[in-house]
Amino acid sequence: MTAAIEVTDLTMTYGDLRAVDGVTLTVEEGEFVGILGPNGAGKTTLLETIEGLRRPDSGTATVLGLPAWPRNPRLLPRIGVQLQASSFFERLTAREQIHTFAALYGVAAGRADEWLERVGLVEKADARVEDLSGGQAQRLSIACALVHDPELVFLDEPTAALDPQARRNLWDLLTDINESGRTVVLTTHYMDEAEILADRVAVMDHGRILVHATPAALIRRLDAPTRITLADDEVITTREPAAELARLAEAGRLDGVRVQTGTLEDVFLDLTGREYRA
Amino acid sequence: MKPFWALSRAILRGFVRDRTSVFFAVVFPLMFLVLFGGLFSDQSVGKVDMIVVGDASLVDDLPADARDDFDDTFHVVRSDDLDDALDQVRKGDADVAVEQQGDTLVAHYSQTDPAKAGIVAGTLRALVDGTNIALTGQQPTYDLRVESVEDDSLSTIQYYTPGLLGWAVAMSAAFGAAATLQGWRQSKLLRRLQLAPVSTRSVVGARVSVTVSIALVQMAIFIGVGGIFFGLTLTGAWWMAIPLLVVGTLCFMAIGLLAGAITKTQEGAVNAANFLVLPMAFLSGSFFALDDAPQWLQTFSELLPLKHLNDGMLDVMVRGEPWTAALVPMAILAAFALVVTLVAARLFRWDTA
Repeated sequence: MTAAIEVTDLTMTYGDLRAVDGVTLTVEEGEFVGILGPNGAGKTTLLETIEGLRRPDSGTATVLGLPAWPRNPRLLPRIGVQLQASSFFERLTAREQIHTFAALYGVAAGRADEWLERVGLVEKADARVEDLSGGQAQRLSIACALVHDPELVFLDEPTAALDPQARRNLWDLLTDINESGRTVVLTTHYMDEAEILADRVAVMDHGRILVHATPAALIRRLDAPTRITLADDEVITTREPAAELARLAEAGRLDGVRVQTGTLEDVFLDLTGREYRA
Repeated sequence: MKPFWALSRAILRGFVRDRTSVFFAVVFPLMFLVLFGGLFSDQSVGKVDMIVVGDASLVDDLPADARDDFDDTFHVVRSDDLDDALDQVRKGDADVAVEQQGDTLVAHYSQTDPAKAGIVAGTLRALVDGTNIALTGQQPTYDLRVESVEDDSLSTIQYYTPGLLGWAVAMSAAFGAAATLQGWRQSKLLRRLQLAPVSTRSVVGARVSVTVSIALVQMAIFIGVGGIFFGLTLTGAWWMAIPLLVVGTLCFMAIGLLAGAITKTQEGAVNAANFLVLPMAFLSGSFFALDDAPQWLQTFSELLPLKHLNDGMLDVMVRGEPWTAALVPMAILAAFALVVTLVAARLFRWDTA
């Protein structure tokens, strides 16, 4: 089985800035990979280079066994892309939008309508894209990326600026897509999103991939103590939670107890530091 | 072909639903046509107000047939006060004051209205020449009829339709290309299309086809309105205006691309296109003829593509020139389009950053 994505020692430079600095990354077929990182970490540049939009300064990116650069028209129908901005034709309705994208990929209009239904936009089909809410536009954008049933899907911060309900709905959709055998790569700066969706997480900062592992492994590696918060707000920090909880049970104090192990957020802050980013 | 049609449909819908674009492409230039056609056509058929100061035997003793022509052209008022008459001409209450000094007919006129000034000078010269010949007692070999001055110059609508159409097409082609390039770049739609299995040919072809179609609709509307309401008459090879307009559209799309390539926002791109096209329209005779402009300005205007588009359109649409008259302007416009496109391509960036 070949890897869906193979990136070797990839570097992208803008002037003095090394946006991507010697990244090596492998994504297996059918895998769901989240690329996490603060703003300006180089996530979008990395993604766009793998998609084939940019010529690598050095190193290589191979997608589905084919080189990503130069633009390869035989590769393009096999990948689906949602860019960070909502890339729509101006003043078209949602339906016209997805029909246009379907036509670009030689997909029948009926299939496009199915996708509108799937992302819950049937009622908004005749609304112009300018009149859609942020979440609706985001869903339409994803539907446009998936309308040709690609093997590999790239999503650049798909849940940015969505309300909690819209995020959950989108997560369900993305899980469905992944479970139907497609490889998904998404960038995000929401920890919970990566933790819930991704098989493996790559944490990126200053153009480098700091770690690439399953969320559970990353949290284990952090080796953070467990925090047990009791109903009366007393906090117990321990490295032996099982024993501690047994002791609390004997004392009859388990009601209202909250147990917090390390989270991906702790891992992230541990790796990238706490200073503000632009 | 399917991607080409899908893109063309998408672009066309985007244009038709954009009220501002439609207004500036069709309604706005049409307003000028109605304005110029309506305002100035009244003046050109209206008589010239003449004040005859004192005795002017040359005017008074016209032979009967010349008298008729004279009365068709001039509305005559008598006066004895030259200063008052000059004052009236200056204020525009009268168009010309005429006095006879010995054997010389002196016409005082204002250049404020070049059309009337031309009629005045031409008609009076013909009148004097005719009288001179008549006095020799010989039958004139050549005949010059008084109205010929008016017939020789194009009536207002004949002149303005091709020029304003040229401006309208230049504007919508340049704005369309500039706004599309910038808008698509900013929404990353350009990038998105780059990642779809569509050839650049299809994308560019779709945008060009839509703009050319819009230009041809503009032409149909202009000719329709001019013909129905203002008596526009097209001359023999007018159909050559179609290929001429197509090449002109390409040329101004290239200028729009350049505007889009050198700017960073959609507003900036449209402003840059405006900055290039509007002064060019003035200097290319879209709004007024350049015949009276200084020589250096006329020479400069030869460097402007719109000047050649306008000249070519005038030649084939209303001046009755043969179809070959459009070939040189077409070649010039095509060369412009090519050079400007190459420059724009060099300056082109995929992303705004």
